[in-house]
Amino acid sequence: MSRAEPGTSSLYHRLVVYLLFIILLLPLAGTLLYSLATSWSASLLPSGLTFKWYLALWSDPRFLAAFGQSLLVCVGALLLSVLLILPLLFVVHYHFPRLDALMNILILLPFAVPPVVSSVGLLQLYGSGPMAMVGTPWILIGCYFTVALPFMYRAITNNLQAINLRDLMDAAQLLGASTFQAAFLVVLPNLRKGLMVALLLSFSFLFGEFVFANLLVGTRYETLQVYLNNMRNSSGHFNSALVISYFLFVLVLTWAANRLNKDKS
Amino acid sequence: MNSIKRGKWLALLCLAPFAVFFIIFQIAPLAWVMLHSVQVESSWGLDNFSKVFNSKFYRQAIQHSLQISFWSSLFGILIAILGSYSLRRVDSRLRDFVNAFANMTSNFAGVPLAFAFIILLGFNGALTMLLKQAGIIEDFNLYSKSGLIILYTYFQIPLGVLLLYPAFDALREDWRESAELLGAGAWQYWRHIGLPVLTPALLGTFVILLANALGAYATVYALTTGNFNVLPIRIAALVAGDISLDPNLASALAVILVGLMTLVTFVHQWLLKRSYHVAR
Repeated sequence: MSRAEPGTSSLYHRLVVYLLFIILLLPLAGTLLYSLATSWSASLLPSGLTFKWYLALWSDPRFLAAFGQSLLVCVGALLLSVLLILPLLFVVHYHFPRLDALMNILILLPFAVPPVVSSVGLLQLYGSGPMAMVGTPWILIGCYFTVALPFMYRAITNNLQAINLRDLMDAAQLLGASTFQAAFLVVLPNLRKGLMVALLLSFSFLFGEFVFANLLVGTRYETLQVYLNNMRNSSGHFNSALVISYFLFVLVLTWAANRLNKDKS
Repeated sequence: MNSIKRGKWLALLCLAPFAVFFIIFQIAPLAWVMLHSVQVESSWGLDNFSKVFNSKFYRQAIQHSLQISFWSSLFGILIAILGSYSLRRVDSRLRDFVNAFANMTSNFAGVPLAFAFIILLGFNGALTMLLKQAGIIEDFNLYSKSGLIILYTYFQIPLGVLLLYPAFDALREDWRESAELLGAGAWQYWRHIGLPVLTPALLGTFVILLANALGAYATVYALTTGNFNVLPIRIAALVAGDISLDPNLASALAVILVGLMTLVTFVHQWLLKRSYHVAR
């Protein structure tokens, strides 16, 4: 299907792909240029280049705090996800394979119910009373677990199927390992790489989550996206430096995940 | 026998923590929304829904949501079709690079994307100025419906490419060669072979794009500070705004939003049953 073609049709396909690339690149390139510009208004190109916006950004304590808080919330949510999803997957695939069909329906819920809908219920249920969590990072960690769930579940399931869970467990038990030993010492190490890829990719989209963060917590525990939104009235150059810094960070993460993924095969 | 039974119970116990968290953060909020959408001051009734449908303001929000979602999904999928088809026909270095880049830009959504578009296409944006100076456009308002459709289309493209690129696997090259040998033109090939084979994938992708756009909140909120009238903005304003909080009315709107998404999914299933399948 992907053989090279001669002549005009090859040229056409190259043109389309370049065009697609340019469309996707344009907003990023514009923002990058803007973040490096001394000033840029009413002209095609900026009047001079500078790093001062990046310096201003990376020495702003509020930015650094928001960055750190975002990291904490995302790492916390992913730790929770691993702790909850790994045993679940192991039990479902080893003991109750029929539950997998039910799980595949349940994990559709975070997709089918947009965060703005869940937020309505979350705000009322946990705004006050015995489980008051609104305004704290805890509620974000819980919500991000549900956001990451469908992706993590699918990714780890694919991995479990690839390693032949049942044979591996039987072999370990034949050699005298208990179920727990077999799960921790044999199955888990085999899942390590796939798990890392799933975690890196989940991290990259959790890091960009805005709806839950803004509606449930806001400035009481400011994450990077909320900070970005609250800085809307500051200089556009400063905001661009912020956008580019954010994107570069995510870029490194997805790049690392891709590399890991390639090494695997 | 007894120990096997105990093992099963122990295994079930391992599921409990997951169940607790899933109920607290996913099921309970959804159940609350469903219940309170039909609650009016401690009694049951559909008043919230009739309030929504009798209000010009809320009807406009629903209409805007549907229009923006439909057009952005349509443009998004068209660009994704052309893009991913051509991606399959260029040399592998260019293909891998652009594919990886599309993957990465799928993370470029929400607030950062809105800011990038303001810089590029806002009132004083670089591209707006360029197009104005070239005389191609008179004026462009990013903060309008058409502006939002462009912005939404942008974040639909990477998702569309991601979903459609593997679908082109179903098209076998020898089919095209056979069709050509039998005298079919390009149009005939697509009309009778290419499109029917791709239909299920195209429908599925279109539905996912629609749902993606219907539920989108961050981008439009960041762009218009919540001043553009679409469903997610109205829902959020009723539970977290400065004035006139009404969680029950918000729940009704939320049920309508989820209902629209469910309806789209059902229509998809129905169309899928009627369309031609490749036996796998």
